[in-house]
Amino acid sequence: MNGFAIQFLHGLSMTVLVAAVSGVLGTAVGLAGAASKLSAYRIPMWLAEIYTTVIRGVPELLVILLIYFGGTAAITFVIGRYVEISALSAGVIALTVVFGAYSTEIFRGAILSIPRGQWEAASSIGLKSWQIWLLVILPQMVRVALPAFCNLWISLLKDTALISVVGLTDIMRVAFVGAGSMRAPLTFYLAASALYLLLTSLSLLAFRMIEQHFVVPGQLR
Amino acid sequence: MQLDIFLQSIATLANAAFLTIALTVPSLMVGFIISVPLAFMRASDSRYLSSAILTYTYVFRGTPLLVQLFLIYYGLGQIEVIRHSPLWVLLRDPFWCALLAFSLNSAAYTTELFRGAIQAVPRGLVEAAEAIGMSRLQRARLIVFPIAFRTALPSYTNEVIGLPKASSLASTVTLLEITGVARRLVSETFAPYEIFLAAGVIYLALTYLVTSVFRLLERYLAGAEPKVARNTAMLSLRRVSP
Repeated sequence: MNGFAIQFLHGLSMTVLVAAVSGVLGTAVGLAGAASKLSAYRIPMWLAEIYTTVIRGVPELLVILLIYFGGTAAITFVIGRYVEISALSAGVIALTVVFGAYSTEIFRGAILSIPRGQWEAASSIGLKSWQIWLLVILPQMVRVALPAFCNLWISLLKDTALISVVGLTDIMRVAFVGAGSMRAPLTFYLAASALYLLLTSLSLLAFRMIEQHFVVPGQLR
Repeated sequence: MQLDIFLQSIATLANAAFLTIALTVPSLMVGFIISVPLAFMRASDSRYLSSAILTYTYVFRGTPLLVQLFLIYYGLGQIEVIRHSPLWVLLRDPFWCALLAFSLNSAAYTTELFRGAIQAVPRGLVEAAEAIGMSRLQRARLIVFPIAFRTALPSYTNEVIGLPKASSLASTVTLLEITGVARRLVSETFAPYEIFLAAGVIYLALTYLVTSVFRLLERYLAGAEPKVARNTAMLSLRRVSP
């Protein structure tokens, strides 16, 4: 078990890395998705609608498997010989796609909650379209989106465990290997649970602090 | 992309959907049955009771379902007492392990969901029920739960939609539900696009089915206009209070 402490530490950092990278990328995808859902053009609107409907209706594990095996098939086809896509990149892509779909909906709702007058006021004082988004809409939207975004981040943290199925050496994989070699599944999976619980608890605390930072003084929530 | 493989695997995978349904429907029912009393305990005024339930929901909501499934499937066998108990017949079978994991996981989420809805039931309604002499059980059964259930229904629908998707994890403990069969087919044919996309289509169909059923249920239960009822309840509360 002692030697596995270091393994678990590596796994922990891998889990955090995958979650952080796909969280950041997924947020970008979500913002783009929300913007296209709310855009006046019909084609981006429809594309975003199809994207969120399909991804939210399909298991995360299936998305990971599709990108892992499908990605391998695609690269093999392009290069001409068998090349395997790494579990890390397949996992990050898959979770970015998933996170992007769910956060699109969160951001869309949050943007819609901002009164029409804010847009009109911003454009009447001569702000350009990108300035309105960056200076007026986004800062106000963050406050509304935060609680749901926190939930989504926590489920992203937990979803990283699924990438171990295609071989990523995260917390879950370390536990799986350890459980097999030491014949002590209970111990190892309990250790993994404790690590995940630590991560989700820390995230909850962090988001509570961020939420407090964004509270408007004197405003009822 | 070969269309014949795609169509063929849709037929095979549709068959596997029966196992997915056999996993999700009982898990949902067990999860529901466990969560209702737990939600009342969680919403109760007793701090010990509430925090005991919170510990359960916090742990199950804070760890991945995959870990819970592996803990039950691989982990329980490490405990001598369980291996020698008559329950072992069930617990060494991946199907029952998956069912147990999904039920406990779903119950944890549903408990918190119902707790929120129970606490949102206007105090005045409960007091009124108390005033006309209803017992604690009668209040819970006839007043609090029906109102709370209606409030919680939209979020409960999301929970129900989540479960068929979550059941794809059963493929990791050798069960041949939709994802399990898809993985086996891919390893036999190495046609990942066709087969995984076919599996996606079937999950989408399942999700669509569940969503439509629950939308009907929502519309049926909304017959008494819960919002209006709640508002008048609030009004009467305001009039009574000094």
